Amino acid sequence: MEQGKIYLSPEHEIVRDNDKCIRCQVCERQCANKVHSYDESIDKMLANDENCVNCQRCVSLCPTRALKIRRCENRFRENNNWNETKIRELYLQANSGGVMLGAMGTPLDYPTYWDHMLINASQVTNPSIDPLREPMETRTFLGKKNQKAERGADGRLVTRFNSPQIELDVPVMFSAMSYGSISYNAHESLARAAAELGICYNTGEGGLHEDFYQYGSNTIVQVASGRFGVHGEYLMAGAAIEIKMGQGAKPGIGGHLPGRKVGPDVSRTRMIPEGSDAISPAPHHDIYSIEDLRQLVYSLKEATAYTKPVIVKISAVHNVAAIASGIARSGADIVAIDGFKGGTGAAPSRIRDNVGIPIEVALAAVDARLREEGIRDEVSVVIGGSIHSSSDVVKAIALGADAVYIGTASLLALGCHLCRSCHLNKCNWGIATQEPDLIKRLNPDWGYKRLVNLVSAWKHEIMEMMGGMGINSIEALRGNHLMLRGVGLNEKELEILGIKHAGESI
Amino acid sequence: MKRVYVNEEWCLGCHLCEYHCANANMGGVTPQDMVRNLRGRTIHPRIRVEDGADGGKINFAVQCRHCYDPMCVKSCIAGALTVEDGVVTHNPDKCVGCFTCVLTCPYGCIMPDGDGKVVQKCELCLRNKVGAPACAEHCPNRAIVYEERGVM
Amino acid sequence: MAKKFVIIGNSAAAVGAVESLRAIDSDAESWEIVLISDEPHHTYGRPLISYLLFGKTDEERMKFRPDDFYSANKITTMLGCTVTKIDASAKTVSWSKDSYSGELKYDKLLAAIGSVPFIPPMDGIDTVPLKTPFMKLDDAKLLQERVDADTRVFIVGAGLIGLKCAEGISKLTKHITVCDLASRILPSILEAEPAEIMRNWIEGNGVRFMLGDTVSEFKGKTAVMKSGERVEFDVLVLAVGVRPNVALIKDAGGEVNRGIVTDQFCRTSLKDVYAAGDCSESYDITSGQTKILALLPNAYAQGYVVGRHVAGLEDKPYDSAIPLNAIGFWGKHILSAGSYVGEKYEVFGKDGSYRLICREDGLLKGFILIGGNDVHDHSAFDRAGIYTNLIKDRIPLDTLNFEEIKDRASLKGFTAEARKRKLGGVER
Repeated sequence: MEQGKIYLSPEHEIVRDNDKCIRCQVCERQCANKVHSYDESIDKMLANDENCVNCQRCVSLCPTRALKIRRCENRFRENNNWNETKIRELYLQANSGGVMLGAMGTPLDYPTYWDHMLINASQVTNPSIDPLREPMETRTFLGKKNQKAERGADGRLVTRFNSPQIELDVPVMFSAMSYGSISYNAHESLARAAAELGICYNTGEGGLHEDFYQYGSNTIVQVASGRFGVHGEYLMAGAAIEIKMGQGAKPGIGGHLPGRKVGPDVSRTRMIPEGSDAISPAPHHDIYSIEDLRQLVYSLKEATAYTKPVIVKISAVHNVAAIASGIARSGADIVAIDGFKGGTGAAPSRIRDNVGIPIEVALAAVDARLREEGIRDEVSVVIGGSIHSSSDVVKAIALGADAVYIGTASLLALGCHLCRSCHLNKCNWGIATQEPDLIKRLNPDWGYKRLVNLVSAWKHEIMEMMGGMGINSIEALRGNHLMLRGVGLNEKELEILGIKHAGESI
Repeated sequence: MKRVYVNEEWCLGCHLCEYHCANANMGGVTPQDMVRNLRGRTIHPRIRVEDGADGGKINFAVQCRHCYDPMCVKSCIAGALTVEDGVVTHNPDKCVGCFTCVLTCPYGCIMPDGDGKVVQKCELCLRNKVGAPACAEHCPNRAIVYEERGVM
Repeated sequence: MAKKFVIIGNSAAAVGAVESLRAIDSDAESWEIVLISDEPHHTYGRPLISYLLFGKTDEERMKFRPDDFYSANKITTMLGCTVTKIDASAKTVSWSKDSYSGELKYDKLLAAIGSVPFIPPMDGIDTVPLKTPFMKLDDAKLLQERVDADTRVFIVGAGLIGLKCAEGISKLTKHITVCDLASRILPSILEAEPAEIMRNWIEGNGVRFMLGDTVSEFKGKTAVMKSGERVEFDVLVLAVGVRPNVALIKDAGGEVNRGIVTDQFCRTSLKDVYAAGDCSESYDITSGQTKILALLPNAYAQGYVVGRHVAGLEDKPYDSAIPLNAIGFWGKHILSAGSYVGEKYEVFGKDGSYRLICREDGLLKGFILIGGNDVHDHSAFDRAGIYTNLIKDRIPLDTLNFEEIKDRASLKGFTAEARKRKLGGVER
C-alpha cells in the first residue's frame, strides 16, 4: 500500500534543441512511455522526464538530432556512503513496501575477469596461422564424449559418437529467453539466425511457438520448474533439452510472467489459461538431490528415445564445482553455468546485484574439478552471463568452456539499448514486449541478419586470434590455460583461474 | 526497374519518411538541411503515411507506384507527365495545375505542391541530391524498401 | 514492306495512337505513319489555350509532346492540310492545302478529328465586328492580340469552354460578361447547388453573369437580350457548345449518331477506319448510355486502343469510359467523375468546399469534389483518383470499408490483402 507522497527527481532529463526541432513528432509517436507531446498553443514539443527510461528510441529516430538524454543533474545531497541509488531505492520501498524489480544483468561495478586476462600469440618459434589461407576449425560438438578410442573391424578409427551431440559451427549459442519475456519477432530473429549460422538458440521456459518448430534442429528446448509448454512433441522438436535449475541473475528464486503478458499466443504456447500469471517455482518440486535430478534427466532421455543430449543449467554459486560434478554424474550430457552478471527479463534487483559468483571463476573451478575427478569427458561445459565479445569467447574456451551462451549481446544486436525496463512490457525497440504495436518495431527480416552479422564477425575474430596463437582447431584451444595470462589479479584469483600472471613464462 | 514498396506489416507510422521526402525534394540531404528546410514550415511530402487502417492497428506509406501503364501520363493535358526509363516523371514547367492526374491516379499519389499551382509526385529521388529514395533509406524498420520486383 | 497508317488529327487521340503503335512497332517495320492535320502547329494541349491567356504557359511549353516527337516516332507529317474526303472503298483520303491538293492511300485510317463549335442561328450575328469561338490555339492568339484592359468581352455560354475563356482572359481585361440560356453554370458537370457555389466564386473574381437569359439579336457591338437588357461589348466569344466533327465519316457512308459510332476497338462501320476522341461516341459505364465524352483522357485512351489494334492486339478494349473532369477557376478546383445517380452523400464544408458521392447497386457511380475557399487547402479533393478507380474498375463497395474513406479518399478502406496487391507489386 502506498504511503504518503515521495518527491523524487526524474532520473533522466530530455534535452531538446529547439533550434533543431522541426516538430515532426516522431519522438512522440515512438515513445511508449508517453514522454513527448506536442503543444499546439505554443508550437513546442514538451517532455515529461519522469516517464523516461532512457531507451534512446527518440534520440535515435530524431531526424534532426535535436534530442539528447542526460542524467538528471539534480542529486540528493552528496554522500559517498548513502549514494543516490541507495537513497532512491530506500524511498521507493518505504513508499511501496515492495521488492525492487529490475531487468537485464546487474549494472553494478563488479570486477570483470575477462578484462584481466590476456591472450597469447606465436612469435618466431611456433608459426602463427593465417585463417584466410589455411583451414581453421571452429566446429564444436557438445555432449558426452567417447571414453576410449575404438577401431572397427577394418582397423580404422571409429569416429561416431556413442552419445547424442549438439553440433555447432561456432561455439556460440543464444541463451534461453522465453517467448513471453521477449517478443515473437525477437524469437523469430533468434531462430532464423541460429539456423543460418549453424548454431542453437534456446526457448527458455516459455515453450515453443508452433511457427518455430521448423527451426527445431537449431533449437534447445527448455524444461523449467514451471514445466510450461512441455509435451512430447516439444521435447522431440529440439536439438537438445535443457533442464533449468537456476539462472545467474536470480539464483535460488523462481520466475514470474505477469498475466497481462499472457495473451492468446503465449497462453497456447505455455499451455496455461490466458491472463493467468505464469509462476515458475524456485526449486523443481521433484528435485531435492542429484538422484532426483538423475530421474528427470533419464525421464527426458526415455521420452526422446535417447536421441537428444540433456543439458542441466545452473547458476554460478559458491558450491558450483561440486554441483557440476554431481550433474556430470547424474547422466546429463552438458552442464550450463550462468554467471551472476547474466541477464533477465525481470528479477528482484537485490538478488540480481548481490547473489552468485562471477562466471570466470565458476568456469575455472568447474573445469578443474571435473578434470580432477576424471569426468571432464562425461559432460560438455557451456557458460554464459555477460559475454561481451569474441575475445571473451576465446578466453572462456581457453579457460575450459566448450561453448558460450550469449543473451544480452544478442539483444543488443537486435537493437536493445539496455534501458533495463524489460519488466514494464513497453520496450520501445520491440524486443521485450507483447504489445502488438511495439512488437512490430522489430522486423525479423533485418533483425536476424544483424544477429548473423554479429556471430559471423565474432567467428572471424575468433579465427584470427586462434591463428595468432598457432592453433587451427577450437579443440586445441579448449582448456588451454597456457594461452592466458592474468593482469592486475592477486595470487588467489590466479590460483582459482588456474592461469599465470602476465610476464611469467611456462 | 527498382521501385519503392511498402510492407505494411512493418510500418510503425512514425512518419519519418514524410520528413525525409520533403527534405530531399527541397534539395536537402543532411539533418542540418532538414532543419533549414522544414523548421517552422508545413511539409509537402510526396510519400504519405496512412494511419489507423484496420481499426487503428495498421499504418502504411504510399507513394507513386510508377505504374507500367500510368493513367496520369495518359490523361495529362499538358504533356507534363512522362515516363523516363520507367520512372513517371513530372515537369513542373509544363504543368498548368489542372489536377486531372489527381483525378486519375488510382493510388492517390499525385498531389498539388506546396503552392498548389502545379502538382508534385515521387520521382524516386533520382533527380534530387539524395539520388535514391530517401524514404527507404531512412525507414527505421525496413518497412519501405527500394528493390526490383518486376512487373506482374 | 510497311503498311500505311494514316491519322487525321494531331491532338490527344492521335498522339495516343502513335504512342501505343510505336510501343510495339518501334522501328516502323510494319507500319508507316502519316499524320494529317489542318492546324499547322506542333501538337499542343488543346485545353491549355485558356492557360495561355492566363499567362500560366506559353506556346513553347504548350507542346503536348517534345519537339522531336514526330521524328522520334517516325511519322510523316502533313500539317496545315485539310482532309476533304474519305473514300473507304478505294482506301484513300483527299486533302488540300492552299492551292495544292492530293490523294493519299491508306491501309488503316484513324479519324481523330475532334469537334466543331456549335453556333445556333442568332439574329444579327453577321453584324458583330469581332467574334470567335474558343477551341483552338489560333482563337486564343486572336484574343491575346485583340483584348486589352479596356476591352469589353461578352461570352455566350457558361460551360467549361466559356468559363475557362473568362478566367484566361481575366488577365487581360476586367470587363467580362457571361450569359447562358440555362439558369446555372457548368451544367455538363455540376448539379444545381455546387454550380451555385462555383457561380459565387467566379462572380467574386469579377465575372458578371446573365443566367437564364440569351441573346435575341446582335446589333454590331450590342447584344439585345431576351430579357430586354442590352450588353455593350467589343469582342464576342461564342462558347455555346461543341458538336462532334462527323462530316468526313458521314459523307463517306459511315454510321453516325450524335458522334461517330464505334465499337470497343474504336472501329467505325467503315472497313479499316477508326475514330477516336471528341468526334466519336463512348459507352459510359456509369450511366449505361452511349454518349459523347469529349475529354482529353478519354481521347488519349481511345487513340491508345486504336494503335494497339492496328498492331494486331485486341487485349485491351476501350470499355471503361466514364465522364472525368478536373477543372479549376481562380484556384478553386472541381474534380468530378461518373454519373450523379443513386444514393447521394453530400457534404457542404464550412470552408466553402463541397463533396458529393453517388452510390448505386453497391458500386460507386460518381462524385463531385470542390475545393474550399482557401485555395491552398486541397483536402476536399485530395487523392480523388482512388474514387475514380473504384468507379472505373467497378469495385464492389462491400469488398472494402467505404464508410472509412467516404469523407476523405485513402487506401485504408481497402483490405490488407487488396493493399498488398496494390502496393506490393506493379501490374502490366
